[in-house]
Amino acid sequence: MTDKKQDLIDQKLQYLNNDGIDRRGFLKCMAWAGTGLVWTLSGGIPVSRAFAKSMERHAHKGDFSFVQISDSHMGFSKPANPDVVTTLQAAVDKINGLAQPPEFLLHTGDISHLSKQEQFDNVDQILKSASAKDVFFVPGEHDVLDDNGMSYLKRYGKSAQGAGWYSFDKQGVHFIGLVNVTNLKAGGLGSLGGDQLGWMEKDVKHLKHSTPIVVFAHIPLWSVYPDWGWGTQDSAQALGYLKKFGSVTVLNGHIHQTMQKIEGNVTFHTAMSTAFPQPQPGKADSPGPMKVPAEQLRSVLGISDLNYVHGQHSLAVVDSTLG
Amino acid sequence: MTRKNVWAAGATPLMMAILVLFAGSASVTANDQAAAANAEVKIDNFSFGPETLTVRVGTTVTWTNRDDIPHTVVSTDGVFKSKVRDTDEKFSYTFAQVGTYPYYCSVHPKMTGKVVVQ
Repeated sequence: MTDKKQDLIDQKLQYLNNDGIDRRGFLKCMAWAGTGLVWTLSGGIPVSRAFAKSMERHAHKGDFSFVQISDSHMGFSKPANPDVVTTLQAAVDKINGLAQPPEFLLHTGDISHLSKQEQFDNVDQILKSASAKDVFFVPGEHDVLDDNGMSYLKRYGKSAQGAGWYSFDKQGVHFIGLVNVTNLKAGGLGSLGGDQLGWMEKDVKHLKHSTPIVVFAHIPLWSVYPDWGWGTQDSAQALGYLKKFGSVTVLNGHIHQTMQKIEGNVTFHTAMSTAFPQPQPGKADSPGPMKVPAEQLRSVLGISDLNYVHGQHSLAVVDSTLG
Repeated sequence: MTRKNVWAAGATPLMMAILVLFAGSASVTANDQAAAANAEVKIDNFSFGPETLTVRVGTTVTWTNRDDIPHTVVSTDGVFKSKVRDTDEKFSYTFAQVGTYPYYCSVHPKMTGKVVVQ
């Protein structure tokens, strides 16, 4: 490469550095940072925003980070992972090893495998050893079996409404926890329902357009793969209420793999599971647990570290595997 | 042929036919009983097999989960509803009335099936 060409590239990198990084710069940064960043861009803009910022210590007051974990499936013990306790513990160890300790954790559901009390107890116990003491949950379909979510609500829904939806604020960022795994109709996808949508509309109505929004729910709120139920039938309405906001991040689980999509002001992101991986859309007969060689298991399980930098357009997401 | 022989000649095929008829209906009865006793649906790979099962009224249908993920069996018309079934667990329902019974897995609603009761 000529010096002139290199100069042009460097100029471009510098120009984009405050706003975003183009793909070449992204790869340069990745090699330098050496993180376990694993994400698939599908249909979105191939720009990683604020990636460099996530590696610095929080420069401004009001900056903070949190971690998303998902799909711990406590109680699962089939060949895909005979020991989900150890891998969840490994996820907690990973959290505790982060350079910047997270303020809190978000668990995007399928906490338990069979909605059993002892399974919820186990997860609560393991999460107690995380550096972040506050954990915010939303249920997965495995958490609301048999009793339509009564035992989930009893344990996790104290300040929630309906099937367990709620919102809270952290450092000026508005978090909305949604439930899309109850009252599912035959042949359908995930579902939010009229009551929840009505609540959400009111919840965001009077917020300033500059308020960063983070929505978290179990089943993806975008159409990842409808044949496998990987989507929510009435999510368009929910996203419609968020159109006025400049920064919206949607965090989901359920699919046990990372996937990312950017649509205008909305960044969609799904997390890995801490229990077992699932196949990529359409790459298997069904979306069930995917067996990998034992020594590779930890490389397909993981956590997501999210960084909010005051004034930045979007949160920086760094996914890391357990091993 | 003499009249006697003609009669004999005619009777034998007739008797044969009657015997065959009885033999035939005996085995039909046996089959009916087998069908009325029980019928199976296997749950595997996020699907019900067979997807449409036709049975006689009075049949007990047993669903067995052979998948490595739990599922449920829930009638879309509120007629029956299983608790969650993990691998190797079963759910049975006896269909006392003629009709068509669509059902699905309430955990993975894309999984649908149908029992036709005649």
